[in-house]
Parts: sequence; C-alpha cells; structure tokens
Amino acid sequence: MNKIENEVPILRVENYSKHFELHEQHKLIPSSENVNLEVYPGQLTALIGPTGAGKSTVLKGIYRSYLPSSGRLLFRTKDNVEVDLAQADEHLILELRKNEIGFVTQFLHALPRQSTEDVVAQPLVQRGMDKMQARDLAREMLSDMNLPEALWGISPATFSGGEKQRVNLARGLVSRPRLLLLDEPTASLDPHTTEKIITLIEKLKEDGIAMLAIFHHPELVKRMADIVVQLTSPIATEKLLKEIA
Amino acid sequence: MSASNHFGFLDEYAKKEIRRTVLKAVAIPGYQVPYSSREMPMGRGFGTGGLQLTLSLLGKGETLKVIDQGSDDSVNAVNLRSFIETTCPGVNTTTRTDEADVIQSRHRVPEINLREDQLIILQVPYPDPLVIVEASENKRKILHGEADYSRLLVKLYEDIVKFDEITISHRYPTRINDHYVIDPSPIPRWDVPKLHNSPALILLGAGREKKIYAVPPYTKAEPLEFEDVPFRVEDFTDENGQRRNCQQCGCTTSYLDEFVDSNTGKKVYQCSDADWCSEYMVSQSEINEIDTISDNAEVVNG
Amino acid sequence: MDKVLEVKQLSKIYGNGCPSCFKLTGPEHNTNICPQCGSVIAMHNVSFDLYKGEILGIMGESGSGKSTAVKCLYFDQPPSSGNAVFYDEDKKFDLFEMNAAQQRQLASKRFGMVYQNPHLGLNFDISAGGNIAERLLMSEVLNYSDIRARATNLLTRTEVLSERMDELPKNFSGGMQQRVQIAKALATNPPLLFLDEVTTGLDLSVQAAILDLILEIQQEQGTAMIVVTHDLGVIRLLAGRTLVMKYGRVIESGLTDQILEDPQHAYTQRLVASAL
Repeated sequence: MNKIENEVPILRVENYSKHFELHEQHKLIPSSENVNLEVYPGQLTALIGPTGAGKSTVLKGIYRSYLPSSGRLLFRTKDNVEVDLAQADEHLILELRKNEIGFVTQFLHALPRQSTEDVVAQPLVQRGMDKMQARDLAREMLSDMNLPEALWGISPATFSGGEKQRVNLARGLVSRPRLLLLDEPTASLDPHTTEKIITLIEKLKEDGIAMLAIFHHPELVKRMADIVVQLTSPIATEKLLKEIA
Repeated sequence: MSASNHFGFLDEYAKKEIRRTVLKAVAIPGYQVPYSSREMPMGRGFGTGGLQLTLSLLGKGETLKVIDQGSDDSVNAVNLRSFIETTCPGVNTTTRTDEADVIQSRHRVPEINLREDQLIILQVPYPDPLVIVEASENKRKILHGEADYSRLLVKLYEDIVKFDEITISHRYPTRINDHYVIDPSPIPRWDVPKLHNSPALILLGAGREKKIYAVPPYTKAEPLEFEDVPFRVEDFTDENGQRRNCQQCGCTTSYLDEFVDSNTGKKVYQCSDADWCSEYMVSQSEINEIDTISDNAEVVNG
Repeated sequence: MDKVLEVKQLSKIYGNGCPSCFKLTGPEHNTNICPQCGSVIAMHNVSFDLYKGEILGIMGESGSGKSTAVKCLYFDQPPSSGNAVFYDEDKKFDLFEMNAAQQRQLASKRFGMVYQNPHLGLNFDISAGGNIAERLLMSEVLNYSDIRARATNLLTRTEVLSERMDELPKNFSGGMQQRVQIAKALATNPPLLFLDEVTTGLDLSVQAAILDLILEIQQEQGTAMIVVTHDLGVIRLLAGRTLVMKYGRVIESGLTDQILEDPQHAYTQRLVASAL
C-alpha cells in the first residue's frame, strides 16, 4: 500500500500544531499537536484518529482557514517552488486555492441564487473557462454523483445533507486541483454512491492528483489510502491565559 | 428731464470698471466676468446691463440703434434710446442697422450681417446656463472652470427622451471657443448661428446679475447638441410644406413673428426685424422698377 | 497579479488634533475621541493593497471608521495624512497629490461608487437613464443613441426593467435604486469599485440578488472592489480578504474565511460569535 511512485512529495507537514486562544473565556484550546505527514502526487494520505484528535484542523490549516500556531506546511507549487503555506502571502494563498489546492468540506457556501450546476462549474469559470463548457463538465460530474438531473437547475440551499455533500464533492473534483483535501467526503452517502466516489477518486489518483483525506469508515481507509497517519488527541489541558501585556 | 452734467450718465470710475471688465470678457471668451453694476434710473429687467455697456462704450459722433425684439418702436427701445440721447449729447441715433456703430438689442440679433466696425450689445436676464442644474454659485464656478457641462447635457438628453428633440427655444446653451458654455440671452435659435465667426464683437450684459461676457469676433460659438441629434433652427413652413413669408415685405428668409390680425382674427406672419423688413420692401420695389424699366426698354427696342 | 491600489498609513482626524491623539485612542482605549483635545480619530494608520479582480472587505461596527477610508479614496473627503497610489494600466496616480479637478476627472472615469443611501449616489431630479447618461456625458460620449443603448444595456444587466429607465428614481423601491446606482457606477467600466454598505436595510431576497450581481460583475469584468459592511454574511460571500476595524484602527486582517473561522483578536472573536 505504501508504494511511493514519486519521491518528491507535493506536501510536507512538519510539526504542525494548532491551538485556539479564546480571549473572552480566557481559554487556550489545543487542537492539533505536532503533526507530521507527507502527500505524494497520485496518492492518497489518510488521517485517522479519535474525534478531537484535530484531523479537520490539519486540513483547515493547510487550506489556511486556520492560522497554524507553529510548524511548517511545505507545498510544492506547479512551478516547482516549495512554499510554506503557514507563512505565505495572502494573495499567493488565494491564487493556490484557485488553481492548485481544493478543499471538500462538510459545509456548502453558495451564492443565494446560483443553480447547482453553476455552483459546481464556478471553480472552472473562475479560471477562465467558457461558461458553457464548464457547465457541461459540471453536469457530467453531477451525474457521476448520482444527483438527479431535476436538481441541477435549482439552488442547493434547500438540499438534504447528502445532496449538499455530493454538490460539494462535484465542485471539488471537477476542478482537478493538484492537491485535494477531503473532509469526510462520503459521510452522508449511501453505499452505491460511495462506490462511485471511490471509483472517481481512484481515477484522480491515476491522473496524478494528490489527496489528503479524512474518512469516517476504516474500510474506506483500507481501500484507498496509500499512506495512513494516526493522530492522537492533544493532552486535554485547559490553561487559564496569563495576562498578556 | 434734465441730463446729468456728466456725459454718459455713469461716472468715469464706473465706465472704466466696465471697460476693464469688457477687456477681460473678450480675453476669456464666454467667461462671465463679475462687475459692479450700478443702479440706473429704471428698474432691473429693463436692460440696465446692456445700457451700462452702451453708456461706457459709446462716444460723441457715433451712431446708435436700439431695438427690442427687432423693433425700434417698442416702449422699451424708445425709452432706452431717449435716455441715451439725453445723457449722451452729440450721439446720433438711427433705425438703420447698417448705419449704426453700436446696436443695443433685447432678444434679437439683426438679420443683416454685421461688420467688423460694428458692436452689438445684448441684454441678458440670467447669464448662467448652469443655474437650472446647480443652485450653488461656487459649485457652478467650478463646473464652468472644469468645463463640466454634463448635467446640462443630461437635460438635453431628457428632452430628447420625452419629446424626440431638444425643446429649448430661446437662450439655447452655446459653447464658446471650446470651453465656456453661455446663455446667449433670450434670442431665438434662429440667431444662434450668427454668433459663430461673427465679424462684429458681441457683448452681453446682465445688470441685475452683475455679469458681462463676450463672444469675440471670429470665435467659435457652437450650440450644444448630440452627434446624432443636431441643432436646428426654427422652421417656418406651413401645413403644405411651404415656407411662410412676411405679409409686409414678402421675405421668405427672415425670422417671422406670429400674431393674430385684430380685424380678421387670422394668424399672420411678419418680419421680426423691422429695419430688415423696410429695407427689403425698398429693395423689392427697386427691383420692380428695374423690371418695369427693362420691360419698357424692350418695348422701345423691340 | 496586478496591483490596483496601494494605501499607506491613511489617517483622518476631525478636529484640531494634538500630539496625544493617537496614543490615547483606539481599541485598547475603547474610544476614538481624544480625551485631551476632543478630536475624533476616525481612522488611523490604515494600510492595504488591492489587486486586480480582487474583492477586499472592510468590516466593522458603527464608528469603526470603515467608511472613512473609502470616502477618502473617492475624494469625498481629504485624509489628514497618508497616501494612496492607483495603478491604471501603465499609469500611476498619487491620489492625494492631485488637485481637485484631476481627482474629479479620475473618479468620474476610473472609479465607481455605490453608497448606502441612494440619494448620495443618484440625482433624484433626473430619470434612471439620465443618471447613467450623466456619467457617460462626463466622459464625452456625445452620441444620443449610443448613450441610450449603453444605459439600456447597463440597466438590463442590473435587472432594472428597461421600460422603467425613463422614470425618476423616487418611484423605485430601495433595492431598485441600489441597482440603478450600481449601473451608474459601472457606466464607464471602472477598474475600481467602492461599495459602501450597499445592501444594508434591504430585504433579504433583494440583498441576495444584489450580492449575486456584484459577484457576476467581478467575474465578467475583473473589477477590483472594496466592500464596506458590518454584515459578516456579506463579507463571507464577497470578499477574499478582509480588514476588521475598531475605533478607527485595523485590528485584524487576512483571508476572509480564516478571519471568520479562526479569528485571532478578542474583538473579532466577539464579533464572529455574535453573528446570528
């Protein structure tokens, strides 16, 4: 399972730690502690561990939705330059998010009136693809996700959890980023659709796309992960914050 | 009425200030120059601005014509002329445009082309065309300075939207020398083209508003328009497409006044410019005489 | 990535000011009024960059100074100190070194501004189409049919019925007035657009439609925008990066999703926690 085809990782996480400082409550909440991992092109690295071990926090730190407290997140861009995502300039992060790093989360933030197919097509349109072409690709992906065609033209705002998840996945997968972050991508899906997703993910791997994923089911980890990283919960200490001058 | 002892009624300081204002106005075509307009022995709105210009610029031995809407005989013209004759002894007056050195006029420019040695003074009620779009004088000054007439042009746009054409009839905003847009006084559209490249100097005086401005000789004067909705003058064609003529002299090329004949109750048309009308009649009868003589000559020769 | 705007240390004081003004005001002192001289420090040391096609959010509560920066950049008010450079194609404009006439020229051709109060951005004495025509006439478009076509085009784009283009703005609903403002702001295809609380006070559905429109425009034209708001939802939807302001100072800045999900400053945390 650990066949390393490329020796150069697309992502190297070194001693990543993240804690939250809640000023009002004077609390310091640890989340991830000293995480080390690698992700290679064409391979899937899975994060496992109990709830509270900080798995989502790792993904969010890489995507910069969270500010890492310490450690380095070294990403190799398509220009073969290694950047530390923790320190990188905000504009660079925005560029990478647009072109190279994708994130399939559990939440869907869509424009109020956008149709599902446009939500999915958006990352492509943002890169400059013609709208019609982008929509066609989006539709293909949505049908792969088993999302009924009747839903494609309406806004996903009122969809069920499982339907929203499929829209999210479709959007993440259609843009084919070099690094894809997946936070429990199949959590609300039925076994049939889950199989489809697995097939799609395998296809992405064949195309050289690197993935870092959290799966809720150990079975999926076994089937898809090339590398498995185990996280443990940080020591549950809640210290009172000292007066910061 | 006894004349004041001083030629031209105004004291020399007043005249000097007005002359300096005129120089500045000519140097900055279309720019409204403020001046200290004096109280005159007639109410504002009766041509005190034009009058002060005339009194400052007219000299002994020169000839003056005063008209109001083209007529030498209207009350306004008669009073002004009488005042000037009394206060400027040695000045001649005439009704013939081509004999005048200075023409003071309310609401019309004479039909006949003026010459370089003539001066026309127009009476202005409100000098600033921007007053309809901006109430603050300070802001208007800035707009004029930056030649920002967009709000005025929007008014023209709205006219076209509502009426398919620009409906301004008198006081048509006109751009002088590619910068300042002026209100040319309540002259009809017909007269606006005469401001452009005029051999005569055109001065405009507003007494109540205390401004003097000028369209210097041979200067561009372009009425505001759109590329595809050009400026046009009044058209005097009747329902049959025939150009109306003056009932008095028969002219078909002059600006016509329309009024109702008190006897017949019908609409009749007559040259607005009285001097033009009488000159035209004279020239027509001369042509008729020549025709008669040549006819007779034919009879003699034939 | 092309830079469109570079703002450095912009400050705005209302009042005479004194040497202690900056020391005694700000979020740590919970005030923007100098206790020594009574001047209001509306904004101090605001700096940021804006790139082509980017939307920057400026977020804060009332009195935070969030609108002040935009008011200065649009030349509604001069700043007390600081400078700003606007990059337009191959030209560079030092905004506060220009004279008033140059500023007006630049603002009318290259900036767009949409105010919270439509009375500030629209002329209520002329029709909706006329408002747009005015902007075009300032850039010397003098062909009536062209003006008409462009106005129709813009109003259609902002979903104002073109049959209503000759009506006065006072006959329109608030949402429609905002759309006309947006259409007017876009008339000259400006590379930089300022939006000051443009959806505040509007019904939710109207708000959604207008936010939608703004994003479409950004996508189509690559317009750089600064969006000022107190609404977290608007910021999340529109802005890639955000500045959080309090008592005239920028207390936090960063990627929008990071600020909303992992706020660092105590005040930002409180703000985010308070969102309904």
